[in-house]
Parts: sequence; structure tokens; C-alpha cells
Amino acid sequence: MTDATTLATRPVASTGLVDGPRGGKPKRAISPRNVFIYGTLLLVSIYYLLPLYVMIVTSLKGMPEIRLGNIFAPPVEITFEPWVKAWATACTGLNCEGLSRGFWNSVRITIPSVVLSIAIASVNGYALANWRFKGADVFFTILIFGAFIPYQVMLYPIVILLRELGIYGTLWGLSLVHTIFGMPILTLLFRNYFTTVPEELFKAARVDGAGFWGIYFKIMLPMSLPIFVVAIIIQITGIWNDFLFGVVYTKPDVYPMTVQLNNIVNSVQGVKEYNVNMAATIITGLVPLFIYFVSGKLFVRGIAAGAVKG
Amino acid sequence: MTSVSIRDLTLKFGSLEVLKSLNIDIDEGEFLVLLGPSGCGKSTLLNCIAGLLDISDGQIFIGGNNVTWTEPSERGIGMVFQSYALYPQMSVEGNLAFGLKNARMPKHEIASRIARAAEVLQIEPLLQRKPAQLSGGQRQRVAIGRALVRDVDVFLFDEPLSNLDAKLRAELRVEIKRLHHRLKNTMVYVTHDQIEALTLADRIAIMRNGIIQQLDTPHEIYNRPVNLYVAGFMGSPGMNFIEGEISGAGDSDFNFASTQIPLARYPFAQADRPNHAIFGIRPEHVSCGTAASDEPFSTDVEIEVVEPMGADTLVWAVLDGKEFRFRVDGQSPLHAGQSIRIGFDPAKASIFDARSELRL
Repeated sequence: MTDATTLATRPVASTGLVDGPRGGKPKRAISPRNVFIYGTLLLVSIYYLLPLYVMIVTSLKGMPEIRLGNIFAPPVEITFEPWVKAWATACTGLNCEGLSRGFWNSVRITIPSVVLSIAIASVNGYALANWRFKGADVFFTILIFGAFIPYQVMLYPIVILLRELGIYGTLWGLSLVHTIFGMPILTLLFRNYFTTVPEELFKAARVDGAGFWGIYFKIMLPMSLPIFVVAIIIQITGIWNDFLFGVVYTKPDVYPMTVQLNNIVNSVQGVKEYNVNMAATIITGLVPLFIYFVSGKLFVRGIAAGAVKG
Repeated sequence: MTSVSIRDLTLKFGSLEVLKSLNIDIDEGEFLVLLGPSGCGKSTLLNCIAGLLDISDGQIFIGGNNVTWTEPSERGIGMVFQSYALYPQMSVEGNLAFGLKNARMPKHEIASRIARAAEVLQIEPLLQRKPAQLSGGQRQRVAIGRALVRDVDVFLFDEPLSNLDAKLRAELRVEIKRLHHRLKNTMVYVTHDQIEALTLADRIAIMRNGIIQQLDTPHEIYNRPVNLYVAGFMGSPGMNFIEGEISGAGDSDFNFASTQIPLARYPFAQADRPNHAIFGIRPEHVSCGTAASDEPFSTDVEIEVVEPMGADTLVWAVLDGKEFRFRVDGQSPLHAGQSIRIGFDPAKASIFDARSELRL
């Protein structure tokens, strides 16, 4: 309570220093920088949200109102009839069950493909990362190479393959195709994740007497829930949105939702029902949209992980 | 009775020979430290003993059994890792029980073993916690416990204290030593920290490039290093090395620049001596001031830098044109620029052949 305090409380002026700014530097709310950043963000969001707005608005209008041509105007009279029609009664070719059948087809395609592809790919990745078996690098290179082959090249050979297996045109055939095509990217995803798990953990488990499956189920699996969520997101959105494989490898009874949507929108007979088309499109997009919103942060990680694909 | 025997152990990664025909016998209850710089193969050797790496050639025996092809879990070893390697999703109890469950041990036996290990390591209050809720020292204790519950003959430690701060490291070091006194298991301990090696080991194996340079008691390794590498590696600050010539056959001298050090008291291992040699003396074997004049050899040096380190002070000086370090009491009033008399007993020195770098 002597020199130290007097030193600390000595007025600034007496040391010959000019009193001036003190504490944190103040920040201005409206600076050119902020205006530029938020202005750009606003413009881009409008650019992307406007089509969605038009879709929603149009899907809630009746046909007479649409014919007026004011596509940006909100509906005068809100009607949910186009939504009902798109789901239940819209016609594609001969059948008039709407999108509902496609929806259930897609569900029945997506669930086995997602489960199967992730189950296999995670074991692949685990084996590649932790059990460096002979030829592991060659195997991995071949697998990754698969990710770069254009799908078109393989379309027809796979048709023959599925035909020989007797599952061409079935939901199982399409699920198998999705499982196979998901393999390179998912294996890469899991392998990269498992290589970040400390090797010593794996060694400790081996000393503790756990085998290949013991380590996978008891050590690795409980540690890697985030990457499983990422994989599930990638697979669900990817498989749900797939159109090419759906149209090539299935028959009209088992068309997935995307193919059926196309058939509804592109049917050339009669009047173009824009409101039904808009509603059908939104319904089809709801599943991925729901996944995006629910998963949020994890989805961004999924994209970042997918970016490795190049 | 040997506990661990290694015969002609060779490990190659492709064309790279990591371990070169190693032979070690470790006695039952012995504490062996594998010491060396990073990349010398000490951790690799430990992994080979544990069975985590497939060896290219040779044999490994543990407790009299040839375990060369045996799975890690069946070798009768427990291993403690540098990064603790605790299973993050399991509680401490789950971590301890994991190995026992894999061995399909009855529940009551698992419980009693965990209770005993927890008591020995004083981790009883932590049993229900997750590893993330533990401090570094506690984690390492649990990691040791995981080896302990398996009731193995041989403990393998892979740099277990390197991730801890200095204070905790010193505490756990003593605890490991205590544990060894209490359990009397064979322990093989890998470290790059020579203090850990010197304090813990019954014997130290100093490794370099996959070859054991010297395998001996800490005392021998410190005082009679077999070659220049071991001499330079052990001791901090390191030994002073001076290159020069040996003259005369009987009571010879070591000459460099204009200085002559009498070697009459030096215990040469063999009679014939090369001309060119390296003279090594540890900084702590040098005395200064009035005590220096009583030593068999004394001379004046110019002080360049003084490094006070609390308990003692390291002095960097120039001895006839060569850099020369010596250690004095922490209270010493020496300062840079001063000239002072230093001296030492050549019997405490180590002399190496300049060409083969082996001890003379």
C-alpha cells in the first residue's frame, strides 16, 4: 500500500503523456464495409428466394388468377386445391394417383440405399484407415477412381448387370445402384474421419483384446456419430434428388418421386396447370429441404467433407 | 529368470531397416528404459514387444513363451500410451473393464479387480466419470489402471508422461517408481527424457537408428558412456568435448592448442591408443575457484556467459580457444568477462577415439 498504488494512480499528465483514447475501439454500425457486405448478402438472398416465393404464391392460386399473369402478386383467394391435386390426383400417363405413389417409392428406395451404403462404407473406411491390409492403397485408389468416372459411361452396362441379376426395374435394383455409387465418396468420408481418430486408441483396444468388429462397434462407432449424421444427410439428399438412375433403372410402377414429378410437369395433354406443378415441385423438394433445416450445421460439414471430392 | 527376451529382432518398412537385429534380455521385475531421440526406433521396439507391429525377423519371448506370432491381448502385457488412449465414450470404470469383458471374465471378478486397481492408483472417486472430465494426471492414472487390472506380467509404457506439464510429470514419475516397487512387475518404459530414464531405470538402453548403443545401469551410462554418441546424449547440459592428440604410451597426456591434460589417472580400457582423440568432461565434474587448484589438472578460463538456473549456475567459458561449460553453485557471484581458475580430475573424464568414436 505504498509505492505500487501511488504509481498506478498517478495522473497521466504528470508522466508527460497526452491523454487520449482508452479502452476498446468503438465500432460504427453503418460503415461502407457493412453496407457493402449486408447489401450483397441481401441481394443474393432475394435472387435465390424470389423463385421460391413465386412458386409458393402460384401454388396457392386458382387457374383463373394465374392466367391474369401477375406472377409476383400474392393470391387474392388462397386455395389448397392444387396441393391436394398434386399429391393425390394428378395424372401421369394412365394412372392418376398424383405424387403420393412416387413419394412412397422414393422412401422405399432411399431407406435401404442409405442404410446399406453407410453400413458398408463405414466398415470400408474403418478397415482402410485402421487395418492397413495388403493392397489397401491400391484398393482405395481404385475406389476413389470410381468417383471420377462419369455415370453415363456405366448406365448401360449396369442395365445388363441388373437384368442378369433379375432385379432390373425393381426398387431393390435401384437401391443396389445407389449403394454402389455412394461407395467412393462415403468410403473417403469415413476413411478420412477414422484416420483422425488417434491411432493409440486403436492400439489400446487391440491390447485389450478387441478384434476387428469389437473395435468397430465398441470404440469407433460410438465415437463417430457426427460423421454418420453427415453421411446420412449426403445420402438422403443425394438419393432423393436423383433423377437419372430413377428413370433408367425403374419401371413406371416404381418410379421415384423425381421422375414422377417430371412426368406431371411435362405432360403435354390439356391445360398446363401451373399451380399444380408448383405444388408438386415443392412437395418433392420438402424432404431435402427438411433435412437441410434440421441438420443445419452438420450439413455444412457434410458439404465441406464432400468438397474433398473436387 | 528372464521376463522378456528379444532375439535378433529386425523390422523393415519396405527397404528401410528400422530395427537392426536387436537382442535384449529383461529380467523379471526389472525396470528397463528405452531412451533415444525421436525416430531412433524405441517406440517401434515397444510396439513390436506389444505385438502391435509385425516384425520382419527374429523372435520375442515373454515369460518363457514364444509370443512372436501371438495377438497383443494374449501376450501377457499391458500398455500405457502417451496420449492416454482412453475410450472417450466410456466411463473410467468402463475403460478399466473393457479388456476384462473382452476376455469374458465373470462380473464379480471384474468388479474386484477394478476395485483393487482403483485403490492402488487412488482413482476410486473418479470411476463414474468420463475421460473428458478428468485432468491429464488423472487420465494417465486411469491408463495405468487399464494395464493394472489385466494382471499382466509386463507393463509397457510409451512415453506416458510426455503430455503432462513439468510439475505433474515429476509427481507421476515418482508414482510410477512407487508402483514398480509395490507390484514388482517387469516394466519397459520408452522415453526421450533422460531425467525420467535416470530416475526410473534399473537399466537403460540407449538407442540410435534402430541399434542399441549401450545397455547398462544409469550409473554406468552416465559415468562410463561406451561411445561419443551416448556421452553427448546423456547429461544436460551436455558433456564438454575437446578434440586433440594423445601423446606418449605410459603416463600419456592429452594435448590441444597449448594445453596439456595429464592422463595418468585415466583408466584406459586398452593399452594401444590412437593419436587422435576426443576428450570429454561433464560440466558438473569441473570445480572452480580455490577448489580448482587441488585438482590434478587446473587452468584459467575466460567467462563468456553466465546462466543462473536457481539451484545451480551454468557458466560458458573459453578454455584455450575451445568452448567449455561448467556448473557452479547457484549462489556463485561469477559474471561475464571474468577470468577464473577451473580444474577437474581426468579420472572422471571420458576419452573417445576420434575415428571410431568408441571409448578408450
